[in-house]
Amino acid sequence: MSEVTHIHEHAVGVSHEAHHEGHHHHEHHDSFLSKYVFSQDHKVIAKQFLITGIFWAVIGGFFSVVFRLQIGFPDAKFPWLETLLGEWAKGGQLQPEAYYALVTIHGTVLVFFVLTAGLSGTFSNFLIPLQIGARDMASPFLNMLSYWFFFVAGIVMLSSLFVQTGPFSGGWTAYPPLSALGDASPGSKIGMDMWMISMALFIVSSLLGGLNYIATILNMRTKGMSMTRLPLTIWAFFFTAVLGVLSFPVLLSGVILLIFDRHFGTSFYLSDIFINGQALPNEGGSAILYQHLFWFLGHPEVYIILLPAMGMVSEILSVNSRKPIFGYMAMVGSMFAIAILAFLVWAHHMFVTGLNPFLGAFFVLLTLLIAVPSAIKVFNWLTTLWKGNIRFTPGMLFAIGFVSLFISGGLTGIFLGNSALDIQLHDTYFVIAHFHIVMGVASMFGMLAGIYHWYPKMFGRYLNNSLGYIHFWITMVGAYVIFWPMHYEGLAGMPRRYYKYDIWESFKQFGTLNQIISIAAIIVFLAQFLFIINFFYSIWKGRKVTTKNPWGANTLEWTTPINPGHGNWDGEIPEVHRWAYDYSKDGHEFISQTTPVGDNESKH
Amino acid sequence: MEMVMGNSSRKMHPHKFLLWIAIGSLTMMFAGLTSAYIVKSNQAGWQPVKVPSIFYLSTVVIVASSITIWLAQKAIVAKQMVKYRLLVSVTAVLGVIFLFTQFAGFSEMWQQKITFKESIAGSFFYVIAGLHALHVLGGVIALFVLVLRVFSTRTKFYSSTPVETAGLYWHFVDILWIYLFIFFLLVS
Ligand code: HEM
Ligand SMILES: [Cu+2]
Repeated sequence: MSEVTHIHEHAVGVSHEAHHEGHHHHEHHDSFLSKYVFSQDHKVIAKQFLITGIFWAVIGGFFSVVFRLQIGFPDAKFPWLETLLGEWAKGGQLQPEAYYALVTIHGTVLVFFVLTAGLSGTFSNFLIPLQIGARDMASPFLNMLSYWFFFVAGIVMLSSLFVQTGPFSGGWTAYPPLSALGDASPGSKIGMDMWMISMALFIVSSLLGGLNYIATILNMRTKGMSMTRLPLTIWAFFFTAVLGVLSFPVLLSGVILLIFDRHFGTSFYLSDIFINGQALPNEGGSAILYQHLFWFLGHPEVYIILLPAMGMVSEILSVNSRKPIFGYMAMVGSMFAIAILAFLVWAHHMFVTGLNPFLGAFFVLLTLLIAVPSAIKVFNWLTTLWKGNIRFTPGMLFAIGFVSLFISGGLTGIFLGNSALDIQLHDTYFVIAHFHIVMGVASMFGMLAGIYHWYPKMFGRYLNNSLGYIHFWITMVGAYVIFWPMHYEGLAGMPRRYYKYDIWESFKQFGTLNQIISIAAIIVFLAQFLFIINFFYSIWKGRKVTTKNPWGANTLEWTTPINPGHGNWDGEIPEVHRWAYDYSKDGHEFISQTTPVGDNESKH
Repeated sequence: MEMVMGNSSRKMHPHKFLLWIAIGSLTMMFAGLTSAYIVKSNQAGWQPVKVPSIFYLSTVVIVASSITIWLAQKAIVAKQMVKYRLLVSVTAVLGVIFLFTQFAGFSEMWQQKITFKESIAGSFFYVIAGLHALHVLGGVIALFVLVLRVFSTRTKFYSSTPVETAGLYWHFVDILWIYLFIFFLLVS
């Protein structure tokens, strides 16, 4: 047995030296292609994820502007829309099929391409090796593949916009029968096939990424970086990856059954269906089955989106309050609790689908339990801010905005978690308001906070601060103007996913409100260009970073050169001697993780 | 380089580690499918299907192949390359035989009118067992690559990592099959 281990170790040593040499060799002959396109450097891959994510955010955001125009101004004609969208907006008015297609692609793209790939893909890639002290990911090659699967998934989704019958239009959750029967709607034809191919590629991308993040965090930490010395960002990315690796395959299994229903005549999800008065032969299937499989991913997915934002916000709040994060272990513990609970609450999306009410009661209980770790986190963020020596950088403002949004959106979750209240609220604008605030906008804020904060490390230059402040305030105020009133609409029963509301007497009262919301949405969308211009302009023309550690932060990424090469540290990787949150301690404003603990230093 | 790996000497080879996580992931996929099967089997109108008897043979074959790959690992550690090559080849061939028995079982069922249109239990059966067979196919390809590598490399390279990694995967598809087999026998 001892011989086995011996040879095994030897093999590890060999393969790593070989890798290392290959690596040197590589650095001398970097062509444009291997440096920026098929790069295996985690920092470059992170930027690829980020820029692709920004691209999709613009597309998805623009779609929401178009369908908000329809909701706000159902009778107006916009000739420019026809110029832009052609058939979709015949006579300057958005067509119903196009409306549903836009809503569907908006949801899919923002949830998966922007807030999963763009957020976790960017920052897990960028920060994991830098903050744990590793030269790269466990498998840089798989990491590169992960990006290219995402890229191709995007190409397929984009192409689906241009097929004659239009992209898929049955909602981002792709419930059957709309997703299973080509005859159910125009978008259910080739558009749905492309949607599925795109999502399958995306799932592969997420899995490859997740495998790598987990392996890297567990195996490649530098000397002294014990798990309890990890910055909270890394813990968050870790739980995110675990959630993804365990829940995406379940969605895949749901999609596989869907493919068989669509193309091979099975009836997993189909039963008793009439199309145009014709009864279909399918019998014995159950649409609810799909919902179970979908939401078993779907609920963890919302935390896949939120956890990275939570992690980055914790870090940014602490750095810019010049205070240690309050309750580090409680933060880790509550993320752990959230990760566990995320797998146990999926049926709260199905309270009104005919789920057994007795079962529903358990899901109510488990769902409301999520409020406990959520409240712990909020408490800790607020106490971190409390009496802090706060520096209001744009990144910090977005982090504070995140906390505000998470509180507002979390509270409405407690309403929805009660199955009795959900009878009224399900599939109304209340749900739209809830998840946009708590997940959509909050995570977007987390992502923007991350970009503003780590931009100097990514590009060696600063973003323009004034533009950052304007961007923040318009977005912050705008987000509440857009989503707050939707709670009232939802309480009044206004359903989601409808093309027109003014034909109902009960919703006529919301005409003006819908206009205000739509106008605010347009303004917020336009304000994002302040950020995008800032982002691209500053890559080349921004103020240069002149010190390694501009924010006076403790974590390892700020010990690398200002523009780190592939491999991150020029010499040896530094050793870690303490946790990441020694701020304002013993008269020092901050103490880097690489500083050994002094003899008469106080304990934290 | 020492620093990158930290205290690497105690740790698993990264590829093997990645595979362990991937196994967790694949397990979830099959857990999803089999729980869907359970949910459906409790609903009205469910007609169970009988597991074809040739699947008993499948089970014997794949268990045997797990043993041969385990012996192959021991052989490479003992630097008995001839034996190693033989055992890996035998494993791959057993994998192929497994695939054939699966296919035979499927056609037997199909001939008994258990088709996609007629039987939901049957549809599940085809999808779940078929998906498993695809994973076996992937393993067979990996094993053939291993065999070819041994024949083609001129340098003597006694690393046991590739065969250990392949073996881990192979044991996984083996255990997964046993689980599925018992599952189908019990839930039918
Ligand atoms: C206290 C915490 C929370 C509770 C109790 C809660 C509860 C719920 C419930 C019961 C629903 C279903 C409503 C319905 O469809 O009728 C729902 C919808 C939703 N929630 Fe939450 N939630 C919480 C936090 C969150 C968080 C943190 C996120 C995201 C990060 C989130 C994202 C969503 C999404 C995306 C939907 C709607 C999905 C759809 O139908 O398209 N929720 N929430
Ligand atoms: Cu949920």
